[in-house]
Amino acid sequence: MKVHRAGEAGLLVETGDLATAHRLDAAIRAAGLAGIVDVVPGEHTVLVTADPAVCDLGRLATRLPELPLPDATAAAADPVEIPVVYDGADLAEVAEIAGLTPEEVVRRHSAAEYTVAYLGFSPGFGYLTGLDEALHVPRRESPRTAVPAGAVAIAGPYAAVYPSRSPGGWRLLGRTSATMWDVTRDPPSPLRPGARVRFTVAAP
Amino acid sequence: MIEVVRPGPLATVQDLGRPGLAHLGVPGSGAADVRAFRLANRLVGNPEERAAIEVTFGGAAFRFDQAAWIAVTGAPLTVRIGGRPHGPNAPCHVPAGGLVELGAPSSGLRSYVAVRGGVAVEPVLGSRSTDLLSGLGPAPLSPGDRLPIGPVTGLADLLVDVAPVAPLPEVPTLRIVPGPRDDWFAAEALGKLTSGPYEVSGESNRVGVRLQGPPLPRAREGELGSEGMVTGAIQVPPNGLPILFLADHPATGGYPVIAVLTAASIPQAAQLRPGQHVRFR
Repeated sequence: MKVHRAGEAGLLVETGDLATAHRLDAAIRAAGLAGIVDVVPGEHTVLVTADPAVCDLGRLATRLPELPLPDATAAAADPVEIPVVYDGADLAEVAEIAGLTPEEVVRRHSAAEYTVAYLGFSPGFGYLTGLDEALHVPRRESPRTAVPAGAVAIAGPYAAVYPSRSPGGWRLLGRTSATMWDVTRDPPSPLRPGARVRFTVAAP
Repeated sequence: MIEVVRPGPLATVQDLGRPGLAHLGVPGSGAADVRAFRLANRLVGNPEERAAIEVTFGGAAFRFDQAAWIAVTGAPLTVRIGGRPHGPNAPCHVPAGGLVELGAPSSGLRSYVAVRGGVAVEPVLGSRSTDLLSGLGPAPLSPGDRLPIGPVTGLADLLVDVAPVAPLPEVPTLRIVPGPRDDWFAAEALGKLTSGPYEVSGESNRVGVRLQGPPLPRAREGELGSEGMVTGAIQVPPNGLPILFLADHPATGGYPVIAVLTAASIPQAAQLRPGQHVRFR
């Protein structure tokens, strides 16, 4: 693992792949190191920020690649189940691009098992890997100015649920009544990096 | 209570933000110039996590229902209390019913109004900060908003009459630490960045400061893959023009970061005005 400095209070660890990023994330959280502020997995990195007054970042940079990695992470826990009503505005278009029937798009989207790669774009917005390759469609050419909370969407290799109302360019397959972001809950999101996710077909 | 008579171009409630939630996509947020914010709290005897008001380009006015002690720090401006001028970086007494009016800053961009007791709006995810990227926290202040003041019992005594604060330089030189992705850029890119100067674009905000100047050439094409971003990161989109990330920056991003500002330079970046020039070293 290569460790880059990210300013005076950050280290960016290259893990080579997503699964190792999730395992390193778990290892850092389990190690209970003093002064750590944020641990943020990315596609093949983990960013660690720390308080330099409490934590010597030079020493942390040597320590991080030596941490024993757990075999399994959040993947061991039960998947988060998200019920979906598949009536999205872009379902027919996705079917056309993919050369499938809308029913087949729904079947493939709800059959796959997903992993939360990382969160970003907006609070609680998880980028889910594991999308059926036939459904890897480009994002819309012009983004919508408002996508409602609970919209279930895909773009490129990722699936996602919009946790709150926001602009968005992903293609909408359906909607869920599950709450994906609630600041009064702890944690506010049911998703976290490394968590597994399944979509189930719900009646409208 | 503090009544917002007018917020000026933009005024928000800020504290030390929401650290520790970046893995859920939550920006750190908090005061953009955290050094000035902390000073304002210290001047009125507050613990540093109490919330204050961040005023952008001055022009704000507040009416205080009850007598209070305030201090204004950051971008220097004239503070009028009941019409009488007071200087910045000093505790000032506001009588009950008093009107506090901020002038235009002579330099810099963001001023902080701390009140003894702190601004006690409801916290969201442990912070009272307005996050303009994600919409967390209270909305930006509007005329007629009423802000509760927190308890003053047990606070430190007011001991300082005025804090000495160095003036903001006309063309600041911000210090950088190269990386984490300097290897994504051509060999001459860091030299270009540090020879500058760059001009601050009008499209700058609490998320980031956009710069105009010599584009920074890339050594490699393609996409980086999303990764965590730090405050002070100098992110370079495909047009080569750097963006300095401030408090409300996104938790993750996909453009390479050529260098990161030192901790001491981030508050200076938060005081950059549109049209101002800046150098890097």
